[in-house]
Formats: sequence, structure tokens, C-alpha cells
Amino acid sequence: MTTTDTTTPDDETVDYPGARRPDRRRDVVSGGLRLAVSEWGHIDAPPVLFAHGGFDFAGTFDVFAPLIAAGGWRVVSWDQRGHGDSQHAELYSWEADMRDALAVLDSITTDPVPVLGHSKGGSLMLQLGEACPHRVSRLVNLDGLPSARSWPDVPEHHRTRLLAGELREWLDHRRAAGDKLRRPGTIDELARRRQKMNQRLDIAWLRYLVPVGARHDPDGWRWKIDPAMRMGGFGPWRPEWSMWRLPALGMPVLCVLGLEPDSMGWGTFPEDVRPHLPDGARFVPLDRTGHFVHIERPQVVADLVLEFLA
Amino acid sequence: MSPPNAFLETVLLRHVKIELALHRLRDGEGRALLLLHGLAEHTPADVPASASAWPGPVWGLDLTGHGASSLTHGGGYTAEILMADVDHALHHLGEATVLGRGLGAYIALLAAGGRPELVRGAVLTDGPGLAGGGPSPLSPTQLVPAPGSTSPDPWALAELSRDVRPPDYATSYARLALQLSGLDEPLTVAAIVRPPWLEAVAAEPGVARRPASEALARYAAL
Repeated sequence: MTTTDTTTPDDETVDYPGARRPDRRRDVVSGGLRLAVSEWGHIDAPPVLFAHGGFDFAGTFDVFAPLIAAGGWRVVSWDQRGHGDSQHAELYSWEADMRDALAVLDSITTDPVPVLGHSKGGSLMLQLGEACPHRVSRLVNLDGLPSARSWPDVPEHHRTRLLAGELREWLDHRRAAGDKLRRPGTIDELARRRQKMNQRLDIAWLRYLVPVGARHDPDGWRWKIDPAMRMGGFGPWRPEWSMWRLPALGMPVLCVLGLEPDSMGWGTFPEDVRPHLPDGARFVPLDRTGHFVHIERPQVVADLVLEFLA
Repeated sequence: MSPPNAFLETVLLRHVKIELALHRLRDGEGRALLLLHGLAEHTPADVPASASAWPGPVWGLDLTGHGASSLTHGGGYTAEILMADVDHALHHLGEATVLGRGLGAYIALLAAGGRPELVRGAVLTDGPGLAGGGPSPLSPTQLVPAPGSTSPDPWALAELSRDVRPPDYATSYARLALQLSGLDEPLTVAAIVRPPWLEAVAAEPGVARRPASEALARYAAL
């Protein structure tokens, strides 16, 4: 693994109150793949690792990370493989993301550090905490606790038909994805498309994200995420398997759960989480808050996290 | 062990960012037989004994990270991606009967469920990588470093020897093949050793259990 410094100036930006692009950007190479790393806060401050959710990128921490940095921390995050400014990979899997997280961690320190993850990133950090407890001193999970409840309750014969359709669509997608480009549009069009997945988020915030997570081609803006990646999917993985890792954790744990139903959320209820909490864990359900707890209520969540990290 | 160079023809197929090598081992009349190798193997130079009586052409696919197919940057292997590898081969060959060894047997099952109209019988036999990581997740995950960068891709070995294969996930593919292929016996379990996923598939009504050579003789007559 090697690291190099990079600076990639954006050719156009949209302002948003409280949002700040990273103070430093660099690359980390993981298994031969280049990952884009973002940092906020003083380089000599104690580090904390942030992992974003699926289909997001490190820039989605542009409001939240500066609040944690202002509390005296060096926030380090990365665009997951195929996301944001990181290289597009031949293959994507949970374990590859885990190894990428470890490569980023290796680029900071071999000492244990606090880690924080949102959504998919929260589940990744749960697994990192279980696989590498010697590298994780504290763990924050922001609405990243899948439960058995998110497994659709449909009769067996319907499930077979659903799977048949999903499989056909996914195989067709794999056959076409080699030549696929994401649909171009204006900043406003990309923001409105994203709002379908992020229904509770301010359109001004989603507009802010476009020049961060999209590139400006001659025919318009395109999200940088690998067009071969696709929402949804199928596989042997069960949502509750992530939750099973929670009771095993030995480091201090803070779990924050948004209580409002949200299209990108897991539909997990507090009663799904409580029986799985490890000894001494702090659990904070937030009402009037959806899946993106740190974007909907950045100051509330930052205060919780800073108090927990102190 | 390098891939044999004695094939009649090798077709390169593009699967998104992967280049797949599909080898023709033997000519023949009628439907193709597609061989799927086991974990860390590649397409053999010679047609296996159980398939020697197959009347049609015999092809073999090197799965991603194996044989003459592409390697990856940092892995990311899943059985489902290898099912999509097979789908690319099936679209080149048209309808085919599939003979899978080990990992290739599990992939043959997924392909039979995913493309029931193209797989005209799948035969699941013993071989490396048959069990995968068992029916539920290992604890804890081993984030092992890759010990080198040659074929087979060390990440393929690390990931595809540990992928979770729950019995009810495997049987959902068996049921797709049973319901949608239009065949009486779209799947044959010929493996002697049966890890939990394969035991469950073998127990599904309509799944045949007989030696590979007998199964292939029946599928050849379809």
C-alpha cells in the first residue's frame, strides 16, 4: 500500500450553510485499487475514521465532519470503491470494502482509533469492530443496524417469482453494464433524481452534493459512482447477520437510530436493537428523524458523538 | 499450474470490466455441454470421463480470477458474479447443459435458477470449493492479505472458500429451475459429498440423484 497527495479542484461549486470541503485530500491504494481519502481537522489531532453509506461518498460528511473536527478531532473518511473519486473496481463485495477500510486505517495509524459509520458504513464498522477489535477503540453506528424486520414478509411461492424477476433484471444489467454511462443532467436535475432516494433531505443540500459527487461532462453532470453498481439486489446475506455482530463488541458503542420511516433506511425498530446491545452500550433513538441522522440533525448528532468520544 | 493451451478455440467475452475465456474442447452435433471448474482450477484440456459420450460440442468457461480470465484489483468475489460469468457464456452458446465441479457446481445451480430457459439440465459434482463458507457467517471475519498476484486470483480463493451458502438460499434457485425450466428433472446431484446447501437441494422434489454419466445421457436425449 502506498499513499500520495492529490488535489482535484472542482470546476463549479454550490454553497450550503455549514458545509466545508475537506481540509486535505490524498489517495490510498488498497489491493491495487486507488481510494480517494478526505480529511477534516488538524493533522495532529486524534484521528477518527468515518465510513459513508451505500451510493454516498465522503463529501456527504461535509457538514457533519467539520462539526467533529471543530471538537478537536482529525476526521478521516474515504470514497468506497466505485463511489465518488475512488477508482471503479472489477468487482465489489462486502469483504473488499472491509479490506479497503483497513487500508485507510493503516494509512493513519496502527493504534486503535474510534470509528463511525452511517448506514452501510455503520454495518461495515460493526464488522470491523468484530474482526479487528485491536484496531477499534470506540464505535459509533448511525442508522446502520439492519434487522430481520427488513426482510420482506411474502409467501414462499411469491418469493420465488420475485427472485426470478430480480435475477433476470440483474443478469440483463450485468450484460449491458460494460457500456453503460450514467444519465447526464443539470445540477438541479441530478439533485431531484437523488431526492427520490433521499426524500427527507433539503433540495439545497442535494444541489450542494452534485458538484462534489458528480463530474461535469460536455453533455451535463453525471454522478461519479460506477454505472455497473446497482441498487437493491439479492444474495445469501440476511440483514439480521449484521445485527448479530453487535453483542460481540467489547469497545464502547454508541448507536443512533432514526425513527421516521425512510426509503433508504432499514425499517429497524428500537425493540429490534435493544436485545442486541453489548454491555454498557449507549442507544439513542431520534424521533422526527429519518435515515440520514447526521444530515437531518447534524448538531444534535455531533454533540452526541463528541460527548461519546471525549 | 498454467492453463492448458490445447483448446480448439478460445472465445474472449467481456463481462463489464472482466475478460472471460470460454474454451472449446471438442466439436459435436447438437446442444453444447458447458464445463464449470472448481475453486482454483481452470478448464481442463481433456473432456472429463463422465462426459465422454456427450454428442454435442464441449466447452469450458474459466470463471473470473481463474485460468485465462481476468484477475482483479483487491478481489470482491461473490458466487452471484460468477453466475453472471456463466450467463455471458450461455448467451454465446445458446441453450446448454452444464456440468459443474465443486464451486462450479454451486455456480451451475445458480445459473440454472437464474436462466432456466437456457440451462437444459445442470449436473452438480464433487470438486474444490463445494462447501463454501457453510450455512451462516463465520465469526470473526478474517481479513487476510493476498499472498501474491498470479492466477488463480488469491482473492478468489480467499473469498469463494468462505462465502456463505444457506440451504434455503440454494433451494430457492433449485425451485426456480424446477418451476421455470419446463424440464422434469432440471437438476441432478451427482456429488458424493453433500454440504448442507447441496443436501437441501438434493432433497427437493424433482431434483434427480444419479451419477454424472447417467445424468448427461438423459440430458443429451432432451
